Amino acid sequence: MSNKYSFLSLIKNAFSHHENWGKAWKDPEPKKEYEAVIVGGGGHGLATAYYLAKKHNMKNIAVIEKGWIGGGNTGRNTTIIRSNYLWDASAGLYDHALKIWENLSQELNYNVMFSQRGVMNLAHNLQDVRDLKRRTHANRLNGIDAVYLNTDQVKKFCPIINTSPYIRYPVLGGTLQKRAGTARHDAVAWGYARGADSMGVDIIQNCEVKGIKRNGDKVDGIETTKGFIKTNKIGVVAAGHSSVIADMAGLRLPLESKPLQALVSEPVKPIIDTVVMSNAVHAYVSQSDKGELVIGAGTDDYISYSQKGSHEIVEGTLNAILELYPIFSRMRMLRQWGGIVDICPDASPIISKTSIKGLYFNCGWGTGGFKATPGSGDLFAHTIANDEPHKLNAAFNINRFISGDLVDEHGAAAVAH
Amino acid sequence: MFIINCPFCGERDQSEFKAGGEAHIIRPKQPTELSDDEWAEYLFMRKNIKGVQFERWNHIHGCRKWFNLVRDTSNDEIKAVYKMDEKPPTY
Repeated sequence: MSNKYSFLSLIKNAFSHHENWGKAWKDPEPKKEYEAVIVGGGGHGLATAYYLAKKHNMKNIAVIEKGWIGGGNTGRNTTIIRSNYLWDASAGLYDHALKIWENLSQELNYNVMFSQRGVMNLAHNLQDVRDLKRRTHANRLNGIDAVYLNTDQVKKFCPIINTSPYIRYPVLGGTLQKRAGTARHDAVAWGYARGADSMGVDIIQNCEVKGIKRNGDKVDGIETTKGFIKTNKIGVVAAGHSSVIADMAGLRLPLESKPLQALVSEPVKPIIDTVVMSNAVHAYVSQSDKGELVIGAGTDDYISYSQKGSHEIVEGTLNAILELYPIFSRMRMLRQWGGIVDICPDASPIISKTSIKGLYFNCGWGTGGFKATPGSGDLFAHTIANDEPHKLNAAFNINRFISGDLVDEHGAAAVAH
Repeated sequence: MFIINCPFCGERDQSEFKAGGEAHIIRPKQPTELSDDEWAEYLFMRKNIKGVQFERWNHIHGCRKWFNLVRDTSNDEIKAVYKMDEKPPTY
């Protein structure tokens, strides 16, 4: 890497008042032709490009992004990382990602601020207790760390939770994955962009896809606002806009794009040192290093690309937060926003070849794609380079909606959708 | 968040309604003769349009009747409301 970040480089740049740090990535114009083009410069797309260059020696490739990199859902999520999924296929996929997260800062020479502060999921009724215990066992059979906690242990692990038996949905127990946690979302995009760029990948921002050119059943190239780019391989990682791009190629996807909201409070001193998720009442909370509470709200039930959600979704989440954490009753919320998430009928992603040769889709991550960023990029790169899925993403092919072999994580995935 | 003009009750807040997804998906006449591909198409594949979309809504906290909306999904602007047995307007 031309501009390696180290303690020495920090000292060196201090002498020039930190004004001469080189650019982390170039800002090139697109070439006429690439070996592969990745559509979408979010975390997943940039990670795909990084692993294509690094592990599959495909360096004459480009990432094209409509806006700026990391400006979509990568910069809009609540940064939770965990792998405590119920089904074997999901456990394999998400734990593959978690293992990469554990060394990602070192690998990228970029601090992604990965913090294994633990993720606790709460149970509020008997069915929750049964489901969470079952999931704990399933996780452990798959080699994923998980423990079941009773109410007292929940209180001990996170003392600000109201565990009174007299609240409307009392806390009956919970699960804890200690290896889980959070990371700095922007840093993930920037780190992968810098890594990919240093290996020769062109990262082209402000470049929107206008069409996909086909030659029979093969892709021939891509029309963009910066002209036509010839390529035989297109990897689409466009999240909420996946269906829009699929439509350009005449492909149908089983996706619905809906607004998902999140909000942050004013910054306060450290008060919650873990991530607590409660799907029965829909309250997800953690605290950023800046001190803001980061709160995940739910999705609206209608299709929308407006990046705005309904007020009652936020209200419902905050009601639940206040009952579980009465200490937050006077906190003021600072910002609220929406991202557009593409949801599959089985709440599992698609990382797959398609019926068009050279066209690949990585989509359907729905409400929980951030945690999978490194694994998703790695497996999608494998799929594109070899024209065959890796064994870890074979189950996440698009044909499962025809065969019926779904990976049904709706309700099973320790999260409400 | 928007106001929906229910054809039976008039203008109400969207939170009173439940979205029912894409409209005019026709149930197969002979389900037993459907191939797996056709089942997938009917059950799972969706247009998921960015732009003007025809969709079903139910006024669950009101008259509980189904009706259709024409809505621009890029900005949530509602273009038209029509009953289930009415012909869809052209957009």
